[in-house]
Amino acid sequence: MLPRYFYNFSTFMSMFPHNYLIYGADVSIVGATALIIFVLTYFKKWKWLWDNWITTVDHKRIGIMYILAAFAMFFRGGTDGLLMRTQLALPNLHFLSAQHYDEIFTTHGTIMILFMAMPMLIGLINVAVPLQIGARDVAFPYLNAISFWTFFFGAMLFNISFVFGGSPDAGWTSYAPLSELQFDPGPGENYYLLGLQLAGIGTIATGVNFLVTILKMRAPGMTLMKMPQFTWATLITSIIIIFAFPVLTVALALLTIDRLAGAHFFTIAAGGMPMMWVNLFWIWGHPEVYIVILPAFGILSDVISTFSGKKIFGYTAMVVSLAAIAALSFTVWVHHFFTMGAGAAVNSFFGVSTMLIAIPTGVKIFNWLFTMYRGRIRFTTPMLWALAFIPTFVVGGMTGVMLAVAPADYQYHNSYFLVSHFHYVLIGGTVFGAFAGIYYWWPKMFGHKLNERLGRWHVGTFVLFFNMTFFPMYIVGLMGMTRRMYTYPSGLGWTALNLIETIGAFGQGASMMIMAVNIVRSIKFGERDVTGDIWDGRTLEWSTTSPAAEYNFSVLPQVTSVDEWWEEKKRGVVRPDHATFKPIHMPNNSGWPFLIGLSFFIAGFGLVFNWWLSAIVGALGIITFLFLRSFDYNTDHYIPVDEVKRVEAAAGR
Amino acid sequence: MAYSIPSDDHEHAIDTSGPLEYSTEENKLKILGFWVFLGAEFVLFSCLFATYIVLHGNTAGGPTSQQLYDVNGFMTETMLLLVSSFTSGLAIHAMRNNQKNQMIVWWIITMGLGAGFVGMEISEFVHYVSIGATISRSAFLSGFFTLVGTHGAHVTLGFFWMLSILIQIIRKGITPITARKAFVVSLYWHFLDVVWIFIFTVVYLTGKVV
Repeated sequence: MLPRYFYNFSTFMSMFPHNYLIYGADVSIVGATALIIFVLTYFKKWKWLWDNWITTVDHKRIGIMYILAAFAMFFRGGTDGLLMRTQLALPNLHFLSAQHYDEIFTTHGTIMILFMAMPMLIGLINVAVPLQIGARDVAFPYLNAISFWTFFFGAMLFNISFVFGGSPDAGWTSYAPLSELQFDPGPGENYYLLGLQLAGIGTIATGVNFLVTILKMRAPGMTLMKMPQFTWATLITSIIIIFAFPVLTVALALLTIDRLAGAHFFTIAAGGMPMMWVNLFWIWGHPEVYIVILPAFGILSDVISTFSGKKIFGYTAMVVSLAAIAALSFTVWVHHFFTMGAGAAVNSFFGVSTMLIAIPTGVKIFNWLFTMYRGRIRFTTPMLWALAFIPTFVVGGMTGVMLAVAPADYQYHNSYFLVSHFHYVLIGGTVFGAFAGIYYWWPKMFGHKLNERLGRWHVGTFVLFFNMTFFPMYIVGLMGMTRRMYTYPSGLGWTALNLIETIGAFGQGASMMIMAVNIVRSIKFGERDVTGDIWDGRTLEWSTTSPAAEYNFSVLPQVTSVDEWWEEKKRGVVRPDHATFKPIHMPNNSGWPFLIGLSFFIAGFGLVFNWWLSAIVGALGIITFLFLRSFDYNTDHYIPVDEVKRVEAAAGR
Repeated sequence: MAYSIPSDDHEHAIDTSGPLEYSTEENKLKILGFWVFLGAEFVLFSCLFATYIVLHGNTAGGPTSQQLYDVNGFMTETMLLLVSSFTSGLAIHAMRNNQKNQMIVWWIITMGLGAGFVGMEISEFVHYVSIGATISRSAFLSGFFTLVGTHGAHVTLGFFWMLSILIQIIRKGITPITARKAFVVSLYWHFLDVVWIFIFTVVYLTGKVV
C-alpha cells in the first residue's frame, strides 16, 4: 500500500508551483527557519523555550504567544495584500497570473480574519481578562494551552500550503460548488478546510474557558455589573463563539467529507445543495465578525475611560448594547447573499435586522463621546488609536447600512464598495482597537512602555495611509469595479484611484515598520513600568506588578465598585500584609498540549493529501495524549509563602 | 482595598454538604465547563440535523429512507442506548453512596450496552454499503451517514473514555477527582442519549413514514 501513497505524494510534490515569487518565499522560509534554529542552539535556548513557553499554561504567556503568532500572520496577510495592490496599481498588469491572484486573495482574507484578527484579540483577552477580574488564572489553564496549540498548528497547516502542494484558491468564503473536488482538484482547498478546522477547535475551547472563567472566578465582591467593560465584551464574545463556531465546524466537516469521501452535500450532482454551504458558512460568518469587533469595543471602552479620567458613560447601556449586538448577530446572515434570489420578503427581513444593529452600535459610539465630554483627556498612543477608531468605524458602519438596503445592494454587491466597507470596519474597528490594546497593555505584558513619539507616528501615518488605500475603493466600487478581478483594462476612469490605493497600501506597510522599530527599540530604551500602574489606570490589572507575577495577585482583591483600582487609589492604597500570605495553588506546566497540537497537524496534513497512514498516526497520537493526560494526577503545585514573599519584596511591595 | 483571605486551599477545600463530585471548587468549575461544552455540541448536532432534514428527499434515484430503515434494528439500538443511560445513572448513584463495587458493575454494564449499540450501528452501516447505499450515492445518504455516524463516533469515544475512567476508579477508588471524572462522562453519555432520541424521532421514525 505504501508505494501508492508515495505515488500520490510525489504527484502532489510535482505540483510545486513554478513561480519565482514562490521560490523566493521558499528561500526566505528555509533561511528564517535555519536562523531561528541556529540562534536557539547557539545561545542554548531550547530548554528555556520548552520550559517557559511551549509547555506553559500561564494565561499571560499564552496571550503573548497568541499576539506574536498574530503579528507573524499579519505580516503574511499584509504581504498578500501588497501583492494584490501591486497587481492592481495600473491597468493590464500581469505581475501575478489569474490563478496566483486567486490564491493570494483567498489566503489574504482567511489569514487576516482567522489567523490575525482573532488570535490578536484572543491574545489580549488572555493577557488582560484574568487580571481584570482579580483571578490567578483562567478556569482551565491546560485547556487554554490546547487552544493555543491547535490554533498555532492550524495556522501552520494553512500556511505551508503555498510552498507545499498549492494554495487554496476559492476565496475565503470557499463557496460550493466551486470549492468542490470537481472544480477545484488538488490539496489547496483541503488545506483551507483542515487548517480552519484545527483552529476552530481551539477557538471553541477558548469560548468555553473564558465564559466559565468570567462567570465563576471573579474576585470576591465583583458582581457582573462591576466588571470592566473589556471583561464584559469578552463574556459576550465567548457566548457568540460557543454558539457560532460549531456551525463552522460542521460546514468545514461536510465539505471535507464531500472532497475526501465523495459525499454530496454541496455538489450539484446527486441532490447536493450548494446553497446549504453558503447558509452554514454565514450563520457562522456573520457572528464571527462580531467576535472580532466586540473585544475591540471593550478595549475602546477601557482605554477611553482611562485616558479621559472618567468612569465609562452609560455603563449599563454599554452592556445591554453588547448583548443586543450579540443577539442580532445571529439574525442577519442572509445579507451576505441578497442577490442569490431568496425573494423580497426574506431580503426585507434580513435588511431590516441588519439595520437594527446600527442602533446598539450607535449607543456605544455616543457613550464613548460622552465619556470624553468634559474629561481630562490624555492623548497617549492607545487613546489616539481609540480616537481614530470612532470616525473610521462610523464610516464603515454607515456604508454597512447602505449595503443592508437590499434593492440597492444589487448595485454594489461584491464591488469594491463592499471591499472598502469591510476594511473600514475590520481595520478601522478591529485593528485600530487591537492596536489600542497592544499599546495599552504592552507595559503589563513586558514591563515597559512602547515609545510614545514613535507610537504617534505609527497612528498618524497608519490612519492617513489606511484612508488613502480604502477611501478611493468606495468610489471605484460605485464606478463598477468588482472584487476579485485580477486585472482591469484602461479607459474606465479607475486607474488614478487604483494607483492612489496602491501607494496607500505600501504606506501602511511602511507605517507597520515604525511599529516594528518601536518594539525592538523599546526593549532597551522603553520607559520601565516600576509601579505596575504606568497609565494611572482604573481597573484591577493595574493594581498588580508589571509584568504580573506567575500567580497574578499575592492576595485576592476585594471589590466594592466599578473601576475598583481607581476608587482604591482615591481611598489610599494598602498593600497586602506579608503575614497574610498563604501558599498559592497553581497548575503545572505540561507538554501534552503541544504534542496534541502536533498530532492534529500530522493528522490534518495526512488528510490534505489523502495520505491515510499519516491521518491515522496523527489521530492515534491525539487519543494517546488525551489518555495519558487523563491518567496524570500530578497536575498542580503550591507556590510556598516564602517564594511569594520573595517575589513581592523584589517588586517593592 | 480590603483583602479577603481565602482558606489555605480554596480550590481543593472539600465541602461535604453536596454530592462528592461537587465537593471542590475545581470540580464545580470543570462540571460547569462541561455543561457549556455540551451547549456547543448541541449546536453542532443541530446543524447536522438541519442538513439531514434539508437533504432528506434528495435521493437522486437511489434508495429512500422508507426502503432502507429496519424497524427491528433501530428499535433494538434505541433500547440498548436508553437502558445504558439508565445504568450509567445507577453507576453514579452507587458512586454517591460510596459503593465502589456496585458502581463498577453498573459501569461495565453501561459500557457493554454501549458496545452493543455501536456494534449494531456498524452492522447497519455495513449492510447499507453492501446493497449500494453508500455515502456517495445521494445527498440524502451523505446526510444520513454523517449525522448518525457522528453520533456513533461520539458513542465510541464515550466507550473508550468510560474505559479509562473505569481503570482509574479501580485503581484510585472513589475520590473527589475520580467522582468528578465519572460524573462528567456520565453527563456526556446522557447527552448522547438525548441526541439519539432526536435521531430516533427525526431520522428513523419520520424516515420510515415520510
